[in-house]
Amino acid sequence: MFHLAFLVPLFPLIGSIVNGFFGLRIGKKAVGWVACGTVAFSFLVTLLMLGQLLFTPAEERLFEQTLFTWMAAGDFNAAFGFQIDPLSMVMMMVVTGVGFLIHVYSIGYMHDEYSYYRFFAYLNLFMFSMLLLVMGNNFLMMFIGWEGVGLCSYFLIGYYFEKKSACDAGTKAFVMNRVGDFAFLLAIMYIFYLFGTIDYTEVFHAAPEKLILGAEPVTIITLLLFVGATGKSAQIPLYTWLPDAMEGPTPVSALIHAATMVTAGVYMVVRCSVLFNMAPFSMSVVAFIGGGTAIFAATIGMTQFDIKRVLAYSTVSQIGYMFLACGVGAYTAAIFHLVTHAFFKACLFLGSGSVIHGLHGEQDMRKMGDLKKHQPVTYITFLISTLAIAGIFPLSGFFSKDEILYHALMDGNTILWGMGVTGALLTAFYMFRLVFMTFWGESRVDPHVHPHESPKVMTLPLVILAGLAAFGGLLGIPLVHGWHALHNWLEPVLHFDMASTLEHSKHLLHEVGRHAPHWEALLIEPEENIWIEISLMLLSLTVALTGIAGAYFCYVKKPGLPDELIKGQWGYDLVKNKYEVDEFYDATFVEPTIQGSLLLWKKGDAQGIDGAVNGVAQILGWCGQQARVVQSGFVRNYALFMVLGFIMLLFIMFF
Amino acid sequence: MESTVPLSHYLVLSTTLFVIGVLGVLVRRNAIVVFMCIEIMLNAVNISLIAFDRYMNLHTGQVFSFMVMCVAAAEVSVGLAIIISIFRNKPTVNLDEFNIMKW
Repeated sequence: MFHLAFLVPLFPLIGSIVNGFFGLRIGKKAVGWVACGTVAFSFLVTLLMLGQLLFTPAEERLFEQTLFTWMAAGDFNAAFGFQIDPLSMVMMMVVTGVGFLIHVYSIGYMHDEYSYYRFFAYLNLFMFSMLLLVMGNNFLMMFIGWEGVGLCSYFLIGYYFEKKSACDAGTKAFVMNRVGDFAFLLAIMYIFYLFGTIDYTEVFHAAPEKLILGAEPVTIITLLLFVGATGKSAQIPLYTWLPDAMEGPTPVSALIHAATMVTAGVYMVVRCSVLFNMAPFSMSVVAFIGGGTAIFAATIGMTQFDIKRVLAYSTVSQIGYMFLACGVGAYTAAIFHLVTHAFFKACLFLGSGSVIHGLHGEQDMRKMGDLKKHQPVTYITFLISTLAIAGIFPLSGFFSKDEILYHALMDGNTILWGMGVTGALLTAFYMFRLVFMTFWGESRVDPHVHPHESPKVMTLPLVILAGLAAFGGLLGIPLVHGWHALHNWLEPVLHFDMASTLEHSKHLLHEVGRHAPHWEALLIEPEENIWIEISLMLLSLTVALTGIAGAYFCYVKKPGLPDELIKGQWGYDLVKNKYEVDEFYDATFVEPTIQGSLLLWKKGDAQGIDGAVNGVAQILGWCGQQARVVQSGFVRNYALFMVLGFIMLLFIMFF
Repeated sequence: MESTVPLSHYLVLSTTLFVIGVLGVLVRRNAIVVFMCIEIMLNAVNISLIAFDRYMNLHTGQVFSFMVMCVAAAEVSVGLAIIISIFRNKPTVNLDEFNIMKW
């Protein structure tokens, strides 16, 4: 069954081509069928492969399929190949599964759009790129997918290209991603320089033998990789594009900017876990950036009024959690949170889309309220997902977030743990603020707008996703040893022998006559302590409930309270203006770039280069003017010159 | 060599004719006359070609002179056509009237 792997990305590509080239001719209905059908086929093939992978012994769960040699230049060899292993399988399931539901939802949501086919062509192209990203068996394949999803993200953010803000947001996303992509590319080059190959299996096999634990090369590689991840996954300092990306249609926000693409960075870090394990410094950078982003974005999320922007900051914050998990070495927890986040955040985004659809395009939460009686299905599903993201037992977010917090504490870093807990409190608060402002309280809806429930094609994906958000936590049941299905599943991919790597690194250092630093701390495996885990769970549950209670008090009990609290607070304005980070970037990077470019254009190009070229031409023209008098136009003049010239030649020849 | 006329005589004749042709081209104003002078130059060259051919017992000179004649014939046809079109353009064949060929 694994030899069918190439079909998984192929189907969406076909769909994209059909919709892109013939979409206008075959009609809306056919476009929808093609788009959803191809993704459904991908999902089915993925399911079949999952089945086979389940029946393969755990240590043999690695299948590689090389379709052809893509490029070979000297020592450099890149294959167009796929790798099916437990990690890519998890990602494929999320991408095709959630992707399929969002495709179906889009049929309803985008129904009144004129360029319906364009939307689905891009969406299918995105699926293709994303599948290349997660299925590739070497870094270059991942990079191609990485660029592909960035491109589709740009297309889809700028889908409403008549709107200037949408175009700007698309450009912003693209340019910010370029910064990260450049670092990623450098990392790939460095990897090739060190290992002579870019194939995952070979690189990760050779890494513990060739590299020295904690030395510069591996640290530089991992830091570059992580910079790449911050671009795609919207982490500090490259996160500002994601909130703006909400200019795109809501299904796009759900698929690309919540469930799949933005988690590509997490996937990449987990994929390169061997390298990250060998670079303790990079690990702490990852953890602190992740934790910092989690809190930072959450605080901004509390002050926004655009329903989608709140969710966008929430996404940034939740991805911060995933990186926090990566940084403390809890890769399983990161992937676990990635999966559950894909479920509940996709559901939340689609739910917000349903609200926006029901209100004919209204996104401002100040003009919502009391929608639960108009949109019961949306409300219920939204509430379930919100409870999940807030971390209420026994919904999925509870398990995944708790696992991250547990590992952060067990790693011995109380600051990181504190960041996580604070983030959890803020998350519960702003998410319930969103729910209360949108679905509860008094209706502030424009009286001309009559809210209505969305059609079945939209609510059905919501219900399924809400179900997944509710029960997805069963993938990783903590406490009971061996019940954590996801942990068992990913174990073969994430396996890393720290002790022998350490010995080998010592050996390598000894050869060059250097002493090994004190690495013994890396070897300490935290003892699993069930009571700590249980008390942590109770604590985070309390924290979540506190957040919810706070939101209830502020937005249902005393709706006027927040306004009074924030009145005249400069801190609030700072947060509401997103800490002025955009302005800061504008002033420090964008403006100088524009001014510098203008200088180069006006002075350097127009005056310097053009001046030089035109100057040469003018000098030559002047010479021509002078020489022109020779050309009198009289034939006999020319003949005279010829004769004179001939006589001169004769003289030269004979004397 | 049995010939009573030495090579130098032919060459002197050829040179004289050629110089006459060159001077004619340079000083005469009438396009027809200029044209005729060009023909004289060509034929002067022909004479020297034939003379060398005869005295050196080669045959390439004859072939060359045929070649020159062919070219001259072709040139005459084109050249006269040009002169006629010049004349139609402006009712004169005085070359000093024509300087439209400058840029």
